Amino acid sequence: MSALRMGRRLPRRTVPRALMALGALVAIGFVAVNVAIGYVVIDGRLDGQWYDVRDLGIGVQELREWLDDRNAQQPGILDFLGQHWISYAVTALLGATGILSIVGGALLILIWVERRLIGRMQIRRGPNRVGPYGLLQPIADAVKLIQKEVLMPRGADKVLFFLPPALIFIPMIVAWGPIPWGAQMAYLDVHVGILFLIAVSSLTTLAIFMAGWSSNNHYALLGAMRTIAMMISYEIPLSIALLSVVLLSGSMQLSTIVEWQSTHNVWLAALLPLAMFTYFFSSTAELNRTPNDIAEAESEIVAGFHTEYSGMKFGLFYAVELGNALFVAALTATLFLGGWSLFGLEEWIPGYLILGAKISAAYFLLVWLRGTLPRFRLDQLMKFAWQFLIPLSLLNLLIVAVEASVFARWEVKGIVSLGLFAIVNWAAAIILVREWARRMGYRPEREAVRQPILTQGVGGLQAARRLGAPEMGTQV
Amino acid sequence: MDSAGIIVAFWLLSAIAVGSAVGVFLARNLIHAVVLLVLSFVATAGLFVTLSADFIAAAQVLIYAGAIPVLMVFAVMLTPLAGRDNGNSLYVVPGVLLGGAFAVIVAIVAIDAEWGAAGAATLAGQSFETTADAIGDALLGRYVLAFEVASVLLLAALIGAIVLVREDEPA
Repeated sequence: MSALRMGRRLPRRTVPRALMALGALVAIGFVAVNVAIGYVVIDGRLDGQWYDVRDLGIGVQELREWLDDRNAQQPGILDFLGQHWISYAVTALLGATGILSIVGGALLILIWVERRLIGRMQIRRGPNRVGPYGLLQPIADAVKLIQKEVLMPRGADKVLFFLPPALIFIPMIVAWGPIPWGAQMAYLDVHVGILFLIAVSSLTTLAIFMAGWSSNNHYALLGAMRTIAMMISYEIPLSIALLSVVLLSGSMQLSTIVEWQSTHNVWLAALLPLAMFTYFFSSTAELNRTPNDIAEAESEIVAGFHTEYSGMKFGLFYAVELGNALFVAALTATLFLGGWSLFGLEEWIPGYLILGAKISAAYFLLVWLRGTLPRFRLDQLMKFAWQFLIPLSLLNLLIVAVEASVFARWEVKGIVSLGLFAIVNWAAAIILVREWARRMGYRPEREAVRQPILTQGVGGLQAARRLGAPEMGTQV
Repeated sequence: MDSAGIIVAFWLLSAIAVGSAVGVFLARNLIHAVVLLVLSFVATAGLFVTLSADFIAAAQVLIYAGAIPVLMVFAVMLTPLAGRDNGNSLYVVPGVLLGGAFAVIVAIVAIDAEWGAAGAATLAGQSFETTADAIGDALLGRYVLAFEVASVLLLAALIGAIVLVREDEPA
């Protein structure tokens, strides 16, 4: 600390020479490969060939045509076997392996990145003991978690306690399917992409409730109830925000949305600022991250729904939380920041690298929020959703709907109409937020004193008492 | 329906859907019943996927597997006598009668329907690329009146629920 304050650099930790040499080699190799690609592309020799690394989807396509070529003149290998499903199985396995390895690898690194970044923001160092710069910390954590015993509380519902860590992992992985990483690089490019994502992410709710309910623990159940209340509140503005994206781009397919942004040379963040803010804020609530982490607020309810989970089961919850945050960053980058396109640069650089850079930027924003903002109180959070986000996003949807129908009929250049829409939307966003905050904003001195909403008995919301139930406060 | 994968998927999903539906009324524990019900709904969504009805499959997961169970869970948590036991129900006899009647109706329709009418020859000419477009056109074109009536009904239900549970502000 004193060294920091005096402005001197701390003595550098020694990094093994071999590791430095290896890193330098990798970096040189990376640069060389990119230069080579650039040269070949400029030379015009490589366009849609299987070795075109700008779009790995082409390679997979080639592989499938080589295996199974029913329509072309030249028969593939599987034509002789008559088992055409094998080519689909092969491509499915390739894609699934790709997604799993990307997400899994990212999870390991992200733990370190997040802890280091938050450390920096809080003027401390973060993990720096295990390996160079603490890089091996996540692996050490994982080994520790696997070694730990998994406890099951007495009176827990055994089946329902066992299932959630696995169940909650499925939506996190499946949701990565429709994200397009390049021109043909979406694993599951469904036509109803956005609806699919909303549907899949809504499955998390039940897993969280199962975890909280089966633990036989007040704090866990409280955390689960809070999570559910928060999720069903924030799913509404989130869906409305995504709906305005669908309206303007005219498609629910993620690759089409990216192409729309690419052909009009505009990011939807510039056109729909309020929708992007709504989406980003609502998803922090869905993710249980600050400023909306009341579902696992340590100072109030220990760890929320996963209080009773230990060992690798807790590790899975932790990993899913990070993975969901990364997914929100990916979806933000795809829908609002232009996805794998970057104003023509995607012709030169592989699209997945561009998307990766955008995901990192959006993820950094999430970490920044976590390191900076305090936590909302439960009732403030609910009020924010129902009295601020939902009305504003509905108004915004109305404006966007008018604009979308104008855009479909008005025959001027995109830059005129879209530029006009951008100005109108930014003005509307600023005016709406300002006026709403001024008239409906939080003013403690004006609020009447109210009874607390939650009584001691878990699930004993006041509605239960009014129904004539016996005193819930004393029961378990 | 000729590919082996589709047939395997159909029987697997059907077995899961029916099996977990049986589990729903055999389960003594209400929360277990809710979870099994969700499993049944998800398997049904899988059946829709095998029929290339992607919009309906996504809507099925969103509404029946995402939203309805939350409602049920809240009902279970907030009903004082529900507890953890699903043992005695007052409505066993009417329930069995209604279920039997429904099963009979479905069976009659299934036997009576002429399944060959929409056979392979008819389906071959159709494009199944985007069901969402066709559904949207139908809902806001031909059936717009029913759509609007349904939305007004839902709004009325929403406001009614708020009015029922609203407390008077303490003066």
